[in-house]
Amino acid sequence: MESPPAAELVRVAGLCKQVNIADARLTILRDVSFEVRAGEAVAVVGVSGSGKSTLLGLLAGLDTPTAGRVEIDGQDLFALDEDGRAALRARLVGFVFQSFQLLPAMTALENVMLPLELAGAREARKLARAMLARVGLGARLHHYPRQLSGGEQQRVAIARAFATRPALLLADEPTGNLDPATGEQIIELMFELNRERGATLLLVTHDEALSRRCNRVLRLAGGRMLNGNAHS
Amino acid sequence: MSPFDDIRLAVRLMWRDARAGELTLLAAALVIAVACVTTVGFFSDRMHAALAQQANQLLGADLVIAGDRPLPEAYAEEALRRGLAIAHVARFPSMALHAEASVLADIKVVSPGYPLRGEMRVADALYGPDRRASGIPVPGTIWADERLCSQLSIARGGIIELGRSRFTVALIVTQDPDVAIGFLNAGPRIIMNESDIRATGLIQPGSRVRYRIELAGAPEAVESYRGWAEPRLQPGQRIQGIRDARPEIRSALERAEKFLALAALVSVVIAAAGTALAARRFVQRHLDAYAMMRCVGATGRRIIMLYATQLFLLGALAAAVGCAAGFLGQALLAYWLAGLVNVSLPAPGMMPLLHGFITGLTLLLGFALPPVIALAKVPTLRVLRRELGLPQRAGAIGYVIGLSAIALLVFWRAGEVYLGVLAVGWYAGAIVAAGVIAWVLIRLLSAARFTTVSWRYGIANLQRRPLGTVVQTIALGIGMMALLTLTLIRGDLLAAWQNSLPPDMPNRFVVNVQPDQLHGFSEFFAARHIAAPKLYPMVRGRLVKVNGRPVSATNYDDERARRLIDREFNLSWARGMQPDNRIVAGRWWVTGQELARKDQLSLEEGIARALGLKVGDALTFDVAGNAVGATITSLRKVDWDTFNVNFFAIVPPGLLDGYPVSYVTSFYLPPGHLEVLTALVQRFPNVLLIDVAQILAQVQRMIEQVARAVEFIFLFTIAAGLIVLYAAIASSHDERLYQASIMRALGATRAQLLRASIAEFALLGVLAGILAAAGASGLGYYVATHVLHLPYLVHGGVWIAAVFGGAAGVALAGYLGTRRVLHTSPLQSMRELS
Repeated sequence: MESPPAAELVRVAGLCKQVNIADARLTILRDVSFEVRAGEAVAVVGVSGSGKSTLLGLLAGLDTPTAGRVEIDGQDLFALDEDGRAALRARLVGFVFQSFQLLPAMTALENVMLPLELAGAREARKLARAMLARVGLGARLHHYPRQLSGGEQQRVAIARAFATRPALLLADEPTGNLDPATGEQIIELMFELNRERGATLLLVTHDEALSRRCNRVLRLAGGRMLNGNAHS
Repeated sequence: MSPFDDIRLAVRLMWRDARAGELTLLAAALVIAVACVTTVGFFSDRMHAALAQQANQLLGADLVIAGDRPLPEAYAEEALRRGLAIAHVARFPSMALHAEASVLADIKVVSPGYPLRGEMRVADALYGPDRRASGIPVPGTIWADERLCSQLSIARGGIIELGRSRFTVALIVTQDPDVAIGFLNAGPRIIMNESDIRATGLIQPGSRVRYRIELAGAPEAVESYRGWAEPRLQPGQRIQGIRDARPEIRSALERAEKFLALAALVSVVIAAAGTALAARRFVQRHLDAYAMMRCVGATGRRIIMLYATQLFLLGALAAAVGCAAGFLGQALLAYWLAGLVNVSLPAPGMMPLLHGFITGLTLLLGFALPPVIALAKVPTLRVLRRELGLPQRAGAIGYVIGLSAIALLVFWRAGEVYLGVLAVGWYAGAIVAAGVIAWVLIRLLSAARFTTVSWRYGIANLQRRPLGTVVQTIALGIGMMALLTLTLIRGDLLAAWQNSLPPDMPNRFVVNVQPDQLHGFSEFFAARHIAAPKLYPMVRGRLVKVNGRPVSATNYDDERARRLIDREFNLSWARGMQPDNRIVAGRWWVTGQELARKDQLSLEEGIARALGLKVGDALTFDVAGNAVGATITSLRKVDWDTFNVNFFAIVPPGLLDGYPVSYVTSFYLPPGHLEVLTALVQRFPNVLLIDVAQILAQVQRMIEQVARAVEFIFLFTIAAGLIVLYAAIASSHDERLYQASIMRALGATRAQLLRASIAEFALLGVLAGILAAAGASGLGYYVATHVLHLPYLVHGGVWIAAVFGGAAGVALAGYLGTRRVLHTSPLQSMRELS
């Protein structure tokens, strides 16, 4: 007897994205549909140009689709306006990027504090400190990004992403800029935190090692989803 | 979250940015702008007050109320109530008798306290050494001037009869402050204590007496008193400050103010360019932060509010620092000037602080806020796709707002609509023209085929981001143009002004030379090896009709016009026009045919404006009881500060033949030749000799002060210029650094990169230099000829300085800015910038 399936946190239906480049109309995503249940770790894989990053941008509501819908926690993302989507991100979504996206004028601690401060958290400093200690950077709180190695920068980015306790963590090639050994540590850390915090993980990668650690792998090719709701 | 929380967050964000050096450039640009404006403001304020005070010494008071009937006591009472010092003066002509001789003297009755400003100087003996007078003549005695003594052959202790009283001559007056005003009407002078006047019986109903209340006090009190008194003036009463009295001083003061206003204006324009560039860099370096904050869920509006709050705080802080620096700057300037010019500057007012603050905030809101607001156009997707930045046109509307803000500021700072319109029009035009020209030049560069790699890369760098290059070129060009303009103002224009007052400028006027004395007069100078001065004929006439209609003072609302109608014009005739006159309407008589027509007249434009007269109007003068008619055929602008004899109304030779004429002249008397004056007065006792050396020295001091002040302001402007230079280079710094790292990684040598970087910046400097030289030459020419009315010399040096200096300066700055990339490992550069 199967346990009842967990509720779907992400629901994607008929998602299309086309852009105009010069005189041509280019289709980046075609009719992509899939669902992600709360607590799942899902990898989206595909070659360069297959539409992975575009899909991630749409899932976060950073961009708007040509057609189709995305629901996060039952909320139709594109029924919201830009500010509504921002508010939803603040509530539910965390981000880890390939290029870390740390703000160079802020220390590691301040980078982690920023989303907490924006959310009006009372103890932003304390929470950020604890989060950095959790990712092993308790001794490097006051270092600027440029004073940190790539792996350390990505740890700061992960600390920042988890600091607001998001239900959904989106990661864009989180190991793309790291050597294999460091990448392995980062993956380990991400999954640990994912488990600890009960977050849902949706990551875009072409790192096979990384995708193997996920519950499920979605394959994109030429903008199409090859295995919609198939479970690996 | 309460708004207060967001303010706190904005403060924290500002602190983080400031600590990381992200705000340094913007803050420096603002501080310099504000410091510059406040220094000039404070200093102008103080200089203005000092000049007015010095000028008032020539008037003998800060303000004078004059009337041809006794003045109501209310004027004096109100002045005393406001804490002003007052003195009463009455003047009238009367016969003064001594032994058998008599002379029509100008009697001046004064109350204790006279003169309130400046000094009256007296001597014990005729042509003896003089000293400052203490007080006024004691009752029963008078002080007589040298002319009266020599005409009546009287010495100290002699007795003079005036009306029913007899007076002892106690002292000889050598200098009376108010000879500076209306001196052409003055006769030999007697100073009398007011307590003696009743007994003389000289003042009767119908006597021609001019009454004056002279006032002095704090400038604001005087100004407010003037505001109170002006609407209460009755017909026949008028109010006068030094500006109303001496055209030379007025003209010099106005020119001085224009110089300072221009200098301040230029520095504001440069600082604006610096602020614009710094703000552009600020926004570009915050694109990621903006996208990131959006990504973690902050709304665009909130982030923009956070940045706007941050900018506002920064602006307020920078303005405060700038104000403090401005205050220190002017104190330093005043201290420095105190050693150079013998004048104590009154304390400054506080208005310049407000000006400085408003300037800082206007610059910030004009140039930094629009690009921050444009951040809303940055797609959040930038967090995934770095190439997404500000849409190209998002900045354009910001610059329009910024330019409008600077235009308002310039209008306000120029204090004068014409100068404001001129400056704004010029700079706005220059920016548009510079943009177009820069665009075209960049396009043209692509057609040029350079064989060396360095030059090719340098040019490619400029072309790769055409908008950025155009903005850099405009900012650098405008900055350099402003600097060059100020250099021209400082050098050429001030020199031209100084040259307009040559050392041998006339410092003595001689009035009332009779036709039969002309020959003797020339002989007198020839015998002393002094070039005989040119004598100008003068006939007095009252304007009685305009275009056939009788006129009287009551026809005019304007006080100056009423005064002009009330008194007699000094009419002169001349064949040719004096070099310090310029026709502004109509035509001077040149041809034989034009000269043949006698009944025409050339009028000074200021007087024409006051009387509402224009070319073609027919005037009728009453000259010695006869009606003399003439039509206005030209209006002249007179350069009063040349100190030459000049006339409001001039007719062609012939029209005034046969009327009572006297002659007037001016000449330069070198110091130490006072015996010439003694001899002149003894030989021609009827002439009136007027010493304008004081006024002249006054104007020269003024020029000296302005020259120093402009030089000081120049230092600020250079600092602002450096900010512009740095900001212009920094604005594309990151991008260039990144590119250079990649090129190094691909095997480019340091030398190649260095050459490419120098080539790029030298080209940028040349482009900016061309724009700057063209703009500054044009502006310099226009300001010189149309605003300051000074001759302008075309300068090839400006072009050489701008083009070569621009290339060298920008290349050097660019080298210094890019040097770091050559000494850092490419990987590190790339990592820092990725």
